[in-house]
Amino acid sequence: MKKEILKLRNVKVHFPVQAGVFNRVVGHVMAVDGVDLDIYRGEVLGLAGESGCGKTTLGKAILRLVEPTDGEVTFVSKEDEETELTSLEKKDMDPFRKKLQIVFQDPHSSLNPSFTIFGSLQDPLKKFGVKSKEERRKIIGDLLEAVNMRREYMDRYPHEFSGGQRQRIGIVRALCLEPELIVCDEAVSALDVSIQAQVLQLLMQLKKDKNLTYLFITHDLSVTEYLCDRIAVMYLGRIVELCDSEDLYNNTLHPYSEALISAIPVADLDKKTERIVLEGDVPSPVNPPTGCPFHPRCPKAKDICKTEVPKLKKYSTSGKDHYASCHLIDLPERS
Amino acid sequence: MDDKDNIALSVRDLKTFFYTNNRCNKAVNGVSFDVEKGKTLCIVGESGCGKSVTAATIMQLLPTLSRIEEGEIKFRKDNKIINIEKLEKNGKEMREIRGSDIAMIFQDPMTALNPVYTVGFQISENLKYHTNLNKKQIREKCISLLSDMGIPLPEKRVDEYPHSYSGGMRQRAMIAMAMACNPKILIADEPTTALDVTIQAQIFELMEKLKKENDTAIILITHDMGVVAELADNVAVMYMGNIVEAGTADDVLRRPTHPYTKALLESVPVLGRGKNQDINPIKGSTPDPYNRPVGCQFAPRCNWQTESCDIMPEITQINDTHQIRCHKYEQFFEKYNEKRNS
Repeated sequence: MKKEILKLRNVKVHFPVQAGVFNRVVGHVMAVDGVDLDIYRGEVLGLAGESGCGKTTLGKAILRLVEPTDGEVTFVSKEDEETELTSLEKKDMDPFRKKLQIVFQDPHSSLNPSFTIFGSLQDPLKKFGVKSKEERRKIIGDLLEAVNMRREYMDRYPHEFSGGQRQRIGIVRALCLEPELIVCDEAVSALDVSIQAQVLQLLMQLKKDKNLTYLFITHDLSVTEYLCDRIAVMYLGRIVELCDSEDLYNNTLHPYSEALISAIPVADLDKKTERIVLEGDVPSPVNPPTGCPFHPRCPKAKDICKTEVPKLKKYSTSGKDHYASCHLIDLPERS
Repeated sequence: MDDKDNIALSVRDLKTFFYTNNRCNKAVNGVSFDVEKGKTLCIVGESGCGKSVTAATIMQLLPTLSRIEEGEIKFRKDNKIINIEKLEKNGKEMREIRGSDIAMIFQDPMTALNPVYTVGFQISENLKYHTNLNKKQIREKCISLLSDMGIPLPEKRVDEYPHSYSGGMRQRAMIAMAMACNPKILIADEPTTALDVTIQAQIFELMEKLKKENDTAIILITHDMGVVAELADNVAVMYMGNIVEAGTADDVLRRPTHPYTKALLESVPVLGRGKNQDINPIKGSTPDPYNRPVGCQFAPRCNWQTESCDIMPEITQINDTHQIRCHKYEQFFEKYNEKRNS
């Protein structure tokens, strides 16, 4: 039986747009606009989508690095205790900060250049009660060895490391409090291909060893397919398709996912498929289109798509749950 | 250069070195290739392998601390052959070629466009210097270029500033600028790296169209093997300033023979192969350019390293199109022949 670790219900993050002399609020950027999502213990959930679709904001909203405007984020502990995170006081949030960690996208800007690696990494340990310095050094040293780096590296400064090494330090920072869920926000996107593979394998190894759960945010669907158990595709702040990673490629339901998959260049001459070229750009989240947010670019759009917002409905493909939000799906809905 | 008419640009044994802090970085160290008319040559490699420097050398856009050390860049212009490396950097002849005969699309459209001039002004600059059109004709040409690139409402957009364009539109404006004078060669330096895949697909469609309609030779610089499979006619794989393997897309992608090419192809997950595909990272990282390995540059990271790798391998021609820089290529290539025979 799969157990949830995190339950999101109708999560919304709206940023006010201010203008004029008095900074009046003239509108809202609907960065995340009503997301329902369950993350199960021990799985890798991929969150894919184009830039500006709200995937990073959602990742940050889970950790309350960005305050959600509305909705519930519920953390389920190993003992099945449920805690709603968004209503907690900042102070009461601390024990959960320990369990939820994040690896940031850009390893060059996420480490403070004026601290040594140990200096940067010891702060969370200090805060969570590791009093003696020897112990802190031991924990960090052990973790550095776990990510194939040398123990002595902790006394060096970030500029002495290459991009791949810095990303591994970022992973060590996320790991040092023994978290249960790690949000990987484009953790391999800034790396060269040969280094990317090293980091991907490291993440998989750590997951096995430490029994972790990942929320893997990326725009690269080939990486998600390789790494993730389930994939959620986002478009303009909403989830448009959520299913098993293999089903997303074999039984694509939503026309947006279809176009996204066909647009990815594949390094295989035998697998060339016809590109579905979408017209135009992603619409502005300040002023999203009426009805289905994808309809202005959708090659299959009908009249109903212009007026009615499709709900995320449950279908079944190859015996597994498959959620999609489109009016034009020709499958029996399941309860 | 061979006297073949279909070759637009031929680079022979090009060496570009950078001199900083009394040290010398051999960024491009003996590169040779030909670009045919109406074909796409993809130069693939990781960051720091010298692919962008090669492009900048052809355009004579190198920074002051660097210079072309050796080699030839021969450009065919109306049946005359011009040696680009002999031209003065900012001389009349070079300026005539740059922008009109050889044009370039830069990686990041956000920084490559000037924010204080309208897009129309920036496109028309090119036309002003290289053609005899009058003001009105230039404006019309600008509008038609923008509409060719699929920008909506070009009459209005031509007077807007880059900040009101989206990322994809900016890159299209950059391409419009490059295509303004119908160049014979278009150099695209990672044109889609900063863009989303759906926008990338639009840009690729556009480049394919331009290639077919104008018979332009394209040099596409990329790090993504997927892009190569999609667009390339010919491929050159670069590592630490050398071309390690070159050939047609078929040669390189179906029968990768250099260990580095193989490793590059094996290190990225391929869409549609599911969860159980093997990906093999390349061990270590690219060496410090000031402290290079002797001999074969890839040897320290190579799984097949032997003593003979201490000497830089020569370029070997496997067949008419496929060439490689490796001592042990025969061993790898035989495997493909065996496979084919069995």
